[in-house]
Amino acid sequence: MPTTAPATHSLGEVTASDSTLRRFLHGLPGVDTVGLEARAASLGTRSIKTTAKAYAIDLAISMVDLTTLEGADTPGKVRALGAKAVHPDPTDRATPSTAAVCVYPDMVPAAKEAVAGSSVKVASVATAFPAGRAALDVKLADVRDAVDAGADEIDMVIDRGAFLAGKYMKVYDEIVAVREASGAARLKVIFETGELSTYDNIRRASWLGMLAGADFIKTSTGKVAVNATPANTLLMLEAVRDFRAQTGVQVGVKPAGGIRTSKDAIKFLVLVNETAGADWLDNHWFRFGASSLLNDLLMQRQKLATGRYSGPDYVTVD
Amino acid sequence: MASTPASASVFEYAPAPESRSVVDIAPSYGLFIDGEFTEAADGKVFKTVSPSTEEVLSEIAQAGEADVDRAAKAARRAFEKWSALPGSERAKYLFRIARIIQERSRELAVLETLDNGKPIKETRDTDLPLVAAHFFYYAGWADKLDHAGFGANPRPLGVAGQVIPWNFPLLMLAWKIAPALATGNTVVLKPAETTPLSALFFADICRQAGLPRGVVNILPGYGDSGAALVAHPDVNKVAFTGSTAVGKEIARTVAGTRKKVTLELGGKGANIVFDDAPIDQAVEGIVTGIFFNQGQVCCAGSRLLVQESIQDELLDSLKRRLSTLRLGDPLDKNTDIGAINSAEQLARITSLVEQGSAEGAERWSPECELPSSGYWFAPTLFTNVTQAHTIARDEIFGPVLSVLTFRTPDEAVAKANNTQYGLSAGIWTEKGSRILAVASKLRAGVIWSNTFNKFDPTSPFGGYKESGFGREGGRHGLEAYLDV
Amino acid sequence: MSEKSDKTEQQRLSVFKTYKLYVGGKFPRSESGRVYDVTDSKGKWLANAPLSSRKDARDAVVAARKAFGGWSGATAYNRGQVLYRVAEMLEGRREQFVREVADAEGLSKAKATVLVDATIDRWVWYAGWTDKIAQVVGGGNPVAGPFFNLSSPEPTGVVTVLAPQESSFLGLVSVLAPVIATGNTAVVIASEKSPLPALSLGEVLATSDVPGGVVNVLSGRTAEIATPLAAHQDVNAIDLAGADDVLAKELEIAAADNLKRVLRPQPVGEVDWSTTPGLDRMTAFLETKTVWHPTGALGASGSSY
Repeated sequence: MPTTAPATHSLGEVTASDSTLRRFLHGLPGVDTVGLEARAASLGTRSIKTTAKAYAIDLAISMVDLTTLEGADTPGKVRALGAKAVHPDPTDRATPSTAAVCVYPDMVPAAKEAVAGSSVKVASVATAFPAGRAALDVKLADVRDAVDAGADEIDMVIDRGAFLAGKYMKVYDEIVAVREASGAARLKVIFETGELSTYDNIRRASWLGMLAGADFIKTSTGKVAVNATPANTLLMLEAVRDFRAQTGVQVGVKPAGGIRTSKDAIKFLVLVNETAGADWLDNHWFRFGASSLLNDLLMQRQKLATGRYSGPDYVTVD
Repeated sequence: MASTPASASVFEYAPAPESRSVVDIAPSYGLFIDGEFTEAADGKVFKTVSPSTEEVLSEIAQAGEADVDRAAKAARRAFEKWSALPGSERAKYLFRIARIIQERSRELAVLETLDNGKPIKETRDTDLPLVAAHFFYYAGWADKLDHAGFGANPRPLGVAGQVIPWNFPLLMLAWKIAPALATGNTVVLKPAETTPLSALFFADICRQAGLPRGVVNILPGYGDSGAALVAHPDVNKVAFTGSTAVGKEIARTVAGTRKKVTLELGGKGANIVFDDAPIDQAVEGIVTGIFFNQGQVCCAGSRLLVQESIQDELLDSLKRRLSTLRLGDPLDKNTDIGAINSAEQLARITSLVEQGSAEGAERWSPECELPSSGYWFAPTLFTNVTQAHTIARDEIFGPVLSVLTFRTPDEAVAKANNTQYGLSAGIWTEKGSRILAVASKLRAGVIWSNTFNKFDPTSPFGGYKESGFGREGGRHGLEAYLDV
Repeated sequence: MSEKSDKTEQQRLSVFKTYKLYVGGKFPRSESGRVYDVTDSKGKWLANAPLSSRKDARDAVVAARKAFGGWSGATAYNRGQVLYRVAEMLEGRREQFVREVADAEGLSKAKATVLVDATIDRWVWYAGWTDKIAQVVGGGNPVAGPFFNLSSPEPTGVVTVLAPQESSFLGLVSVLAPVIATGNTAVVIASEKSPLPALSLGEVLATSDVPGGVVNVLSGRTAEIATPLAAHQDVNAIDLAGADDVLAKELEIAAADNLKRVLRPQPVGEVDWSTTPGLDRMTAFLETKTVWHPTGALGASGSSY
């Protein structure tokens, strides 16, 4: 993982064959679990107050991919979500919009309509989300559906079964194919870190995703027991930092699932600030996949403005 | 690019100071002898200042020879009853002390930060939890000495004369007093002249815990008070943590007596990074190793031995990481690097660093604005250092890292051992057998693998060679206070 | 109850306590819906105690198993802190236990006080062992080869404890504390005749940071409850302190089915709970795990320094 000597061409050779790819991924430096988690916890003790807190809360709001991924989703639900994304706090128009709304492919038209004319993007999960257990052509059709319906961003899942079986090239080829099918849409690659289980696997998956052309690497679907954690996000931030140092290409990071409070969100921003650096403190490069987080951010924002603690009756339920 | 500050920054952390009002420092303090605070016999006092601001915190009675005599005799008188108590009763006193420390830990953390200059983050998250844990651990031994492996019913030595340094004032007090009391000894302890306050607050905790008079006596003072204590005929056991020079002086003083001695002295720890190390965690370990407590740590990893094949990559990462360190107000919860403890120590660091440059090593520090008052030194890294450089041999006791390279494990071990010291070392590699092979060859008392500067009351600590002798902590730490 | 307290209670009708089981951190009544009379040494009725059934025993094992991962995985320091907290809570309820022990064992208040104080100190004694036992019974082994070799004790799992029948509190704590100090979880069968101190201990544990399920207290007929527990395949060990010779043999035979670790009762007359224990009640429920790892030479050429 040299951070000097950019050697972009050598990374091309990495994906020349199954064995070169495997050798490269297994040659990445190991991750010491205790040390990684200790570093994440130590950054979690940063105390973010007053002006810094106000800045962080607005930044976090602007980074939210406001998400609904339920079997019960309806156009009505998605419209409400879109309205909330555009104007998160109807009592304060200075509140930034969220980065995007994130929905299933069949809800993309409703979402597009709801955010029309605003800065809010429409992201859609595709590739047989969340399990990803479908044939490639089915996954690609899923992606094209979403893109044709106007999705600005595609959140794909990798084939964790193939990854865990050591078939890295299969995973790589699939990402490349989805990348192509996504056209102009930005591609977020979800690893489902909770299923990859080890930090060494998460580092390998991060590099695999970036080599295959991911615009974002994303922790989780939000559908398994362990989703985004400070430690796995820190590790992915190290990966994008090192990837840019080596190739000059900047890749975004999206922790998703399990981030529910402003306090949590601010901890993640501290991780970004002190690991990848200020270049990533922008919703083009960092996102939160979340739903209930937004209301907590809004309540904290109101608290900072008024000095009173807010309550759930003073933010909208959507 | 790697050496530019990572965040120049849009995300500026606002000040987040810990409240100072949690601690109430009196304008003056006496010596603590036989359960009472008293003035020094000759009325002498000295001032203790906050190293981050140079503000005078309090005026402290300074122990002279007469006071040492009084304290040693008080401890001698207390010894008979204290050592005759059932272990389970001594245990309960120590448990009480441990609990009161836990309850008052925020107050003590702020106090320690004010008097010592180290960041509140460290006193709050490291020093104080370890202090309480140490008392807790040795409390449990007080009634189990028969099982400690020193035979049935091992006996205490008598009066322990203990002299501690300024780098971890309360923690070093805990390391000394907890095992001494658990084994049935009584104590006269001299804290360092620049950091007497937490020991005096501890005296108050002893009173709250109902500890019998004379079992613990605290004598603030300078080196002469310590020398008098070590030499006092009523002292049966000497425990010292501090410089190797003073340690040798003590060894000469006790020669020909029956005093039992433990010495925990200087170090020049090697932190060895192999090419298959978990690099990101190694960088953290290097930072912890040398910048924890501003490098004023006897077991600091002050020599980085990096495998030559990954030197550039590692140094880039390290420099980038150092650029994110936050130096400043020690009471700010976000401060990583606090103040140097005293003007004297700052002068010593400055002089050694100048010598490093003069001898041809390459000096680097991140961009770093130092406060205008107080004693400060920017995190500093020297490259192109060889074994011959003074900064590779002498203990600097400051935030200064000397970087050396090696090619093979043999060479790493040879260089790591090539010092008069032998306190600590670090090994960074993902290969288990290499860790154990290297560890078995290193002549040092504590070896950390893929971590650094970890402490635990159950774990023995102490050095080889001129880093001293005897072990503190763990079951082994009992031996120093038992007649075995 | 002393005469003095009877007198003061004449002025006001006292509130009786409903004694309940303690299982999984909760206080259920027995699944059987049945209770039995608990009397003092003179036969005077004291309270109704739950009469535990086989199903209560089964529930207790499930709770103990569920708690095992967290409790055995906690740091020894943390376990020590939690157990010391129990001693602090016991101290606060000292008067209550003196009353219960005096009633149960037919003792004067002064004698019961001595027993309760000894019990609290016993608890403190074991609290201090959590982070020391490994240092006393574990250690490195100098094997003849290039290997690091370390033996460490580990808790065996879920332990059924038949509390002593006569010593309702000191005896109980003397057998229970060593089991959980080392990281096991316990299903305790209280003294059949004098279960009240054990049931009250459950209330102390519930307010002492001890995770639910680490200790589960059952009252009832010892033989009835112990028999299914001795045969239970998800119980790893059994302490027979509260069994008579006949029952002990039966239970030991049942325990052989999954090779439970068995701690036999001491012969009656040789039991003196007041003396300082040794390590045997801890080591009885510890496994020893030995880890080998190669060390070897520094490199292909060996060390040249």
